[in-house]
Amino acid sequence: MNGTISDSESSMKSATELVVERPGEFARLNYLSVHHGVRSWLLTKDHKRIGLLYLFTILIFFLIASVAAALMRIELVTPQPKLVTSETYNKLFTIHGVLMVWFFLIPSIPTVLGNFILPMMIGARDVAFPKLNLLSWYIFVAGGALALWSLLHGGVDTGWTFYTPYSTTYANTHVISMAAGVFVAGFSTIITGMNFMVTTHKMRAPGLTWFRLPLFVWSLYATSLIMVLATPVLAITLALISVERFWGVGIFDPKLGGDPVLFQHLFWFYSHPAVYIMILPGMGVISELITCFSRKPIYGYAWVGSASMAIAVLGFLVWGHHMFVSSQSVYAGMVFSILSFLVAVPSGIKVFNWTATLRKGSIHFATPMLYALGFIGLFTIGGLTGLFLAALAVDVHVHDTYFVIAHFHYIMVGGMVMAFMGGLHYWWPKISGRLYPELAGKLAAMITFIGFNLTFFPQFILGYLGQPRRYHVYPPEFQIYHVLSTAGASILGVGYLMPLIYFIWAWKHGRVAGPNPWRATGLEWQTPSPPPEHNFEQTPVVRGPPYSYSAEKDVDLDVASI
Amino acid sequence: MDRFRLFPPQASTTSHEVDALFFALTLISLFFMVVIFLPIIFFSVKYRRGSPADRSNPRSGSFLIESGWTIGPIFLSLGLFAWGAVAYFRMERRPANAIDVQVVGRQWMWKLQHAEGKREINELHVPVNTTVAMTMTSQDVIHSFFVPAFRVKQDVVPGKYTGEWFKPTRTGEYHIFCAQYCGTQHSRMIGRVVVMEPAAYERWLKSGEPTESIVQTGERVFHDRGCSGCHAPNSQFHAPLLQGLYRNPVPLVNGTMVTADDQYLRDSILQPGKQITAGYQNIMPSFAGHLSEEEIMQLIAYLKYIGNQPPASQ
Repeated sequence: MNGTISDSESSMKSATELVVERPGEFARLNYLSVHHGVRSWLLTKDHKRIGLLYLFTILIFFLIASVAAALMRIELVTPQPKLVTSETYNKLFTIHGVLMVWFFLIPSIPTVLGNFILPMMIGARDVAFPKLNLLSWYIFVAGGALALWSLLHGGVDTGWTFYTPYSTTYANTHVISMAAGVFVAGFSTIITGMNFMVTTHKMRAPGLTWFRLPLFVWSLYATSLIMVLATPVLAITLALISVERFWGVGIFDPKLGGDPVLFQHLFWFYSHPAVYIMILPGMGVISELITCFSRKPIYGYAWVGSASMAIAVLGFLVWGHHMFVSSQSVYAGMVFSILSFLVAVPSGIKVFNWTATLRKGSIHFATPMLYALGFIGLFTIGGLTGLFLAALAVDVHVHDTYFVIAHFHYIMVGGMVMAFMGGLHYWWPKISGRLYPELAGKLAAMITFIGFNLTFFPQFILGYLGQPRRYHVYPPEFQIYHVLSTAGASILGVGYLMPLIYFIWAWKHGRVAGPNPWRATGLEWQTPSPPPEHNFEQTPVVRGPPYSYSAEKDVDLDVASI
Repeated sequence: MDRFRLFPPQASTTSHEVDALFFALTLISLFFMVVIFLPIIFFSVKYRRGSPADRSNPRSGSFLIESGWTIGPIFLSLGLFAWGAVAYFRMERRPANAIDVQVVGRQWMWKLQHAEGKREINELHVPVNTTVAMTMTSQDVIHSFFVPAFRVKQDVVPGKYTGEWFKPTRTGEYHIFCAQYCGTQHSRMIGRVVVMEPAAYERWLKSGEPTESIVQTGERVFHDRGCSGCHAPNSQFHAPLLQGLYRNPVPLVNGTMVTADDQYLRDSILQPGKQITAGYQNIMPSFAGHLSEEEIMQLIAYLKYIGNQPPASQ
């Protein structure tokens, strides 16, 4: 691989120079301007427009789920209830979990950045099945509508985990419609995953071999594999819940002859791999950001790429670590514990390689890089606390406490959401053709980082003290940590609102970006911003590996001053 | 300072074991944070854009280094796994010579009964420095019996028995939490463990109304519910005898063997057709819905008691 670097540098250099010659140019005939009207959006088959449709849709769910979180955090300032009843509180954490997991985190990077960038990254005109791509958005919206219907008719109080027999026999809320919403949305995930896999196999530009693929493509491929293989199990599980709840067929409730622990096996067989659906694409984004902003090829390309695949495969074999106190057999627990320790190794490999990539770089601290560095910090803490949960004896104590809550928020929010924000800032000039205000961006990244840590670090301590999750009221000695957490959440809220405001502003008023403001090497930067309807005027030809950056040459990145 | 307390009280033998592993994991995490975050900060400063640092001959990988940070963590993982597994194995094995407590969870309370017959709701009195072993089940949804000060937790699952044990080392009052979400009043399904000096515990046990022991209650249920009509040694009916049964192998009609543990006894009462003893017909009616969880536990306590007696001849 090393032998081809000089070759690729010359080709990339010429490509880069080609686009730098026209700085500040706004592509007049682009995917946004070529068609007009609501109809042109609702019937579009353009992967870029579909990516934006997804962005708009998941933002709505993110906002609803965030409001639910905010209400919970306000309620938890005092040990005794002040704001809502226990019934409402339980519905709040259910809606927060269901919407964040299935209607924000799982679709976030794949359907927005993946849809927009993946075909351009591999030099393709579109995804392999553009009509299916649009269909998957409609299915997603239908699933979301069912979930919202359930919410508006009183909500669900089972928790996002739908544990039986509570969900099948005892809950008096709209379990079936909520489960149906998730069931339907799952098909959207499956179609998207399949579409990405076929696209990656069949649509790569000439010369773009598997080991020349950007790591974001590798991570999306690994994610798609999980989406296609795991999501059907979730669909089956949710269908079984509805069958037991509606017809009283004994599957999970022991009173009907069922086994409640069977549900947990089925649910986590999907939901643990789903955790990797929620983090792998983020890792891919980070590989793009770290290389671009340290002007270096990635350290250990093959190891970082293979780590994604290793995580995707091993991730299917660790579901039982959610069940160490469930009455699962002791020996099963041991197998799941050891596999869970092993799945941490490829994640570690990624972190080490990102760190090594910085060495001898020329590091630009632009907003996306701040998010990327924040990601590494928070993901490392999230990953290391995962070891506590894999260790059987310690898990017994911290299982179902705030320690678990803190751990997975460090991965899901500290990891995935930071990566999503970093990626959104990085590709924003490509998406909109304009720069976001850089100073505001840096400020938002730092506010998010500080707010996040203040929100979730105290929850590790709370968890070890014994505060169980999903508690509406709690003993007064835990109050101080809840107050800190709520204070952090309000800072975090500011960190999320700022980009929302300046992205909307920059859409019309931001400075024109030009094709390649970051002087990045990916194929997506070798076409005007915003890109034309079919991405490239000529199909690009790839002659070398990705990330042919050189740190020895000092380059100016084009960022907006404020 | 009590408001900023960082660790829960250490009040059982298990709590020391779990905390030792917790501290080891914390140290290892700090180590990794140092070896990751320090280079990031160092490189960020040294190789910030425009700094005069030497950037020549950058490396894009090294098989040796990659193997090092792959294999090193694997071995460390195996060590941590073994430590956690050994401690877990001890936590999951019910020790001999323990005080028995029966626990039934329901939305939203804990019902507990001591072997001597004394009942409690949301409270558990136990003597210090004595092993206490609980047999637990739920009459509705899944609950979880969590005592943070003891570092023990176990789901309480309807339809089956789970066990949890601890040996308190300090007198005092400690939280009981339900840790598995169980519905509207989940966060109010709480209670306390009161760890007492043995003498005070004996006094507490004898206070209040005199009670019959669980075994005596179980014997009464055995006769009142008609079990003795078939299963007594002098019965007219062809039913298995229960003396000497407990913890012994039972041959089944399908040719397999099963050990007569608590779960087997429970299943035989509620689903008599599930495992039919070799040489017998399935003529027993199911008692599902006719016996409360407490009564089933009392019956089993009685069956254990006669199960340890020598087998009677028919």
